[in-house]
Amino acid sequence: MSEAGPTATYFAHLAEGRFMIQRSASSGKWVFYPRMFEPVTGAKDLEWAEPSGRGTVYATTVMHKRPPEGDVNLAVIELEEGPHMLSRVEGIAPAEVKIGLKVKASIVDGPDAKIVVFVPEEGA
Amino acid sequence: MSIRGKASFVGAATFGCGECPGHTSMEMAAEAARLALADAGLKISDVDGLFICLPTDFLSGLTLAEYLGIRPKMTNNSRTGGSAFLGHAEWAALALDAGLIDVALICYGSNQRTGAGKLVSAQAPSPFEHPYRPTNPVSSYALAASRHMYEFGTTSEQLASVAVAARQWANMNPEAFRHGPLTVDDVLATRLVSDPLHVADCCLVTDGAAAVVMTRADRARDCAKKAVHLLGAASATFHTEIAMLHDMTVSAASESGARALAQARLTPKDIPMAQLYDAFTINTILFLEDLGFVKKGEGGPFVASGAIAPGGSLPVNTNGGGLSCVHPGMYGLFTLVESIRQLRGEAGERQVPGVELSLSHGNGGTLSSQSTCILGTDAAL
Repeated sequence: MSEAGPTATYFAHLAEGRFMIQRSASSGKWVFYPRMFEPVTGAKDLEWAEPSGRGTVYATTVMHKRPPEGDVNLAVIELEEGPHMLSRVEGIAPAEVKIGLKVKASIVDGPDAKIVVFVPEEGA
Repeated sequence: MSIRGKASFVGAATFGCGECPGHTSMEMAAEAARLALADAGLKISDVDGLFICLPTDFLSGLTLAEYLGIRPKMTNNSRTGGSAFLGHAEWAALALDAGLIDVALICYGSNQRTGAGKLVSAQAPSPFEHPYRPTNPVSSYALAASRHMYEFGTTSEQLASVAVAARQWANMNPEAFRHGPLTVDDVLATRLVSDPLHVADCCLVTDGAAAVVMTRADRARDCAKKAVHLLGAASATFHTEIAMLHDMTVSAASESGARALAQARLTPKDIPMAQLYDAFTINTILFLEDLGFVKKGEGGPFVASGAIAPGGSLPVNTNGGGLSCVHPGMYGLFTLVESIRQLRGEAGERQVPGVELSLSHGNGGTLSSQSTCILGTDAAL
């Protein structure tokens, strides 16, 4: 794993069923998306760590795609650790996803590789 | 160092707005350039600084130089999305003032309505975002709108009133692509593309080209028409993907606007007119707030009051904007053309009387990069 860059490493973790993001050893600050160094400071001490997987919906939309796909959610999730990430909420109707909803990470098949989606914490 | 009053717009033109079938984007951009130079009373051979970026030709500065048959001293192909052309004006003013060039040509053209039939974007997909298949750019702006509604109680009706005002202006502009009555209910009755944005909350996909010519302010007085001076210009970049804008209700316009106004030694209260890049209805509301025309969160009620429509206190997007006039993928340059036309008194039925100052504002990416230019007549110097 040490030879791969941060993007490949992120998806390699997901392929193994683990949602891992980076944290700076010196500042303790969590970083998403994965990078070669901490943004702003440039610190080269980013370590892979497992976030709680808990988050809150920060922004949400329902994409009305052409049939047969239909309505699909797209949301920005604020992770409990601070970073925001683009994802979607599954397990409830796309229009039922509201800002402030507590959600929990889940690893599913994406178009090309495993990806992280979120489900309502109640149902997790 | 301030660029206030150092450089002036001496030519402006559009070409092929709406539909321009059978033409390449470069043909359209070059023809707009020729028209803008003629408008200025200058020759193609006078141009020694080129500023352009096209959606698909990443070396379009070289292509344009070849097309025009000139060997420019400066070829600037910088791309920050639709804000690029206001950034070009900022760089052109610096280069003119430094004496590096004497005549700057900024131009753009795209045939994406009749050529591609959809928005053409040059943005690289993010490996962390494309697996969620965002319907970009609309979904990114929809996410920003959802947050604005959550924090400030902004409504779909208020968003729709931006499109209604744009149409009212477009109805007085023969060059506008969309004409005819449009009500808030009409907007809300159009198909939802990405909640809360309907089809009529989204900009057009049209063909269109535009060009402007700049010289140093002293030379501008010898050109064919009344010079329009650049009083302030500033840019700011916050992110590329919308999810990385941590407070999604505040764009980089909050910085570009403040710096451009400071250069011009003006405050938002001094500005009687604004041409704001309205890719989506939420943009106009965000930029009115971020540029300081209203307080954060008050944009929705302000636009719903009719303030930005014809007869309102702050005319906005007097050509009909990207929503009803023209939107060939990148609209930024058209905000400059409309300010120039208004300040010259050439805007016909939609002319705002007695206007001496106008603010043009460009947006690039997904609220990512912002550039603001303040333009004024001799009286504003």
